[in-house]
Amino acid sequence: MAKPIWMRVCLGVLILLSLAPHDAHAEIKIGAVTCLTGALSTFGVSSIEGAKMAVEEINAGGATLGQSIQLIVEDNGSKAGETATIVRKFISQDKVAAILGDLTSSATMEGAPLAQAAKIPLLTPSATNVAITRIGDYIFRSCFVDPFTGKIMAKFALDHLKAHQAIVMTDVKQDYSVGLTEAIVHYFDQNGARVSNTFSYSSGDTDFRTQLTGVRTAHPDIVFLPGYYTEAALILLQARQLGIKCPFVGGEGWDSPTLVQVAGKAADGNYYTDHFSATDPDPRVQKFVQIYRAKYSTIPDALAALWYDGARLLALAVQRAGSTDGSKIRDALAATRDFDGVTGRISIDENRNAAKPGVILKIENGQPEMVQRVIP
Amino acid sequence: MSRSLLNLVFALVLCASISFFGENFIASNFAYYYDILISIGVNIILATSLNLVNGYTGQFSLGHAGFMAVGAYASASWSNHLDPIIFGIVNGSGNPVATNAAMFVSMLFAGAMAAIAGFAVGVPSLRLKGDYLAIVTLGFGEIIRVAILNLDFLGASRGLSVPGTYTNLFWTYGSVVLCIYVVLSLVHSTYGRGFLTVRDDEVAAEAMGINTTKYKVAAFVVAAFFAGVAGALYAHFKAFLTPEGFNFFRSVDVVVIVILGGMGSTIGVVFAAVLLTILPEALRGLAHTEFVPAAYQVLLENRLILYSLLLIILMLTRPQGLFGDGTAFKKWLGRSRAD
Repeated sequence: MAKPIWMRVCLGVLILLSLAPHDAHAEIKIGAVTCLTGALSTFGVSSIEGAKMAVEEINAGGATLGQSIQLIVEDNGSKAGETATIVRKFISQDKVAAILGDLTSSATMEGAPLAQAAKIPLLTPSATNVAITRIGDYIFRSCFVDPFTGKIMAKFALDHLKAHQAIVMTDVKQDYSVGLTEAIVHYFDQNGARVSNTFSYSSGDTDFRTQLTGVRTAHPDIVFLPGYYTEAALILLQARQLGIKCPFVGGEGWDSPTLVQVAGKAADGNYYTDHFSATDPDPRVQKFVQIYRAKYSTIPDALAALWYDGARLLALAVQRAGSTDGSKIRDALAATRDFDGVTGRISIDENRNAAKPGVILKIENGQPEMVQRVIP
Repeated sequence: MSRSLLNLVFALVLCASISFFGENFIASNFAYYYDILISIGVNIILATSLNLVNGYTGQFSLGHAGFMAVGAYASASWSNHLDPIIFGIVNGSGNPVATNAAMFVSMLFAGAMAAIAGFAVGVPSLRLKGDYLAIVTLGFGEIIRVAILNLDFLGASRGLSVPGTYTNLFWTYGSVVLCIYVVLSLVHSTYGRGFLTVRDDEVAAEAMGINTTKYKVAAFVVAAFFAGVAGALYAHFKAFLTPEGFNFFRSVDVVVIVILGGMGSTIGVVFAAVLLTILPEALRGLAHTEFVPAAYQVLLENRLILYSLLLIILMLTRPQGLFGDGTAFKKWLGRSRAD
């Protein structure tokens, strides 16, 4: 009897699975996991472009421990559960020396305990949830955490905009926004300024006139808006319609072309903080932007820059460790001081988080322009 | 003891002994394959239980991930709050007797909670038919997800860490065996013929005096129970839950397995679950091999395109499912034995 087609397919798959990778090259392997497909794919693609560029540069600059670094890229499909599988693959199949990733906090929370248990260092270039590096001493991060964003927003408002009376509008549905609000209020209280009121809204709201009327009667020097761009754009639009003139200050949640598209002229004159700006005049950044553009023909976004820095930081730590031993790489990572990255000077602190500057951008004529770097 | 019950006991003992002797070896040396094995088990449970509703009873449910979420979060909360009190387990580690007892209880709790949810959804909505029922179950799945997003004690959008990774081969494949056993015995029992009657002709079934709503609710509750168990296994394996992991697409994944396996064919569904869990991972391995010409690498890097393409091909060549209603498979088995 002729075998049905599904059997051939099964058989083919099984054969291919059994042939799966065990290549013979002597290379130092670093596993990178991000979301190349699915809902977050645009972020994932730029992140991996940044990481690949970093590894190519390191390899071009000379061998590490007599070997080149191989980046093994895996896609989690923006699906829950996948990152855990991939981290297990990295550890047991590919026998990687270190892991780079994941992009989001929730995905990293899946993979990090496994890396910790296997004593393989894991560095996430972009997951900002504070809880991640608390998982264990093999888990590192090369971006700043949510409370830090709140702190630089508040510091900038105080020092640069000379604001002394502020109002905060919080998206109570977003953990990110609530965390930022706490940090802003805390910093203002400590430095003799005042947050006179906080107004709340929820993701998905479209009408903010009630809260904004309250803002107008309070006459604040500044309004903090630590939410995501969808609501932020509508709030900016409605605030200007109601005649509120004071500047709004947001976090990296504003970083999307949609903000300016929706808010139009109402977006002008407002500020937000971010990890990176392609308009930064720093020669290092401009060189990075130029090479990136030549390679991928787009301007790098914050994630490309963060992952470029993360991959370089990790690869250099492997070089300094002089070994692929997990504990040695961990020590080298923990000893990172004043790493010169495109997102600023990075030092790893005692909690394995990154102490590094953020950038402040001002929206002018629909274009975000960098104002300054803020050092904590 | 009847023959099928004997088979069940034998299969359970086999699972227990494999788990007892091979668990640590596989988990420490082949962690990746171990992960895939557990995922296969979870998918088999999800698919065979959904097959009772979608295949045997002829209803169309799109909310299976919702029940899985109820189970996953129920067992995670149980382990978070009650394990330290009842079993003296601290931070997810304790002696094997305690952790296995904890796993058993949390699985039962997960199944029970999901079954209650299944009953609550089933009673009002199963009076609906076809597309309408599909929309209601879809809505239910979304309600569960959004509810979790707004419940702070379940971690909301941050996600929930699960303290103990107690899931092992025994609990996974024990549940698989039990699930298959329950579904098959239900369908082949005198009582269970009612499910098939509801599927084949609802009006005729009612005319024969069969309480169709009762049968539908029964199928729904049993399916929800096992989805809850699958959720508990998932929670105690991946050790981290996010509401996004139980969205509409997770439900669709299970429905695809059931359709590909053949509605109302348990053996087909089991094979489809195995195939569709291995396939994306096998394609992942393929992308890094060097004997594939560089020109085709692009295709392999976009493995999900290839995966979808294979699904289309399979559906075109086997529209009735991998094994159809199972008779072709039995024939084939019989013939190869005769050879």
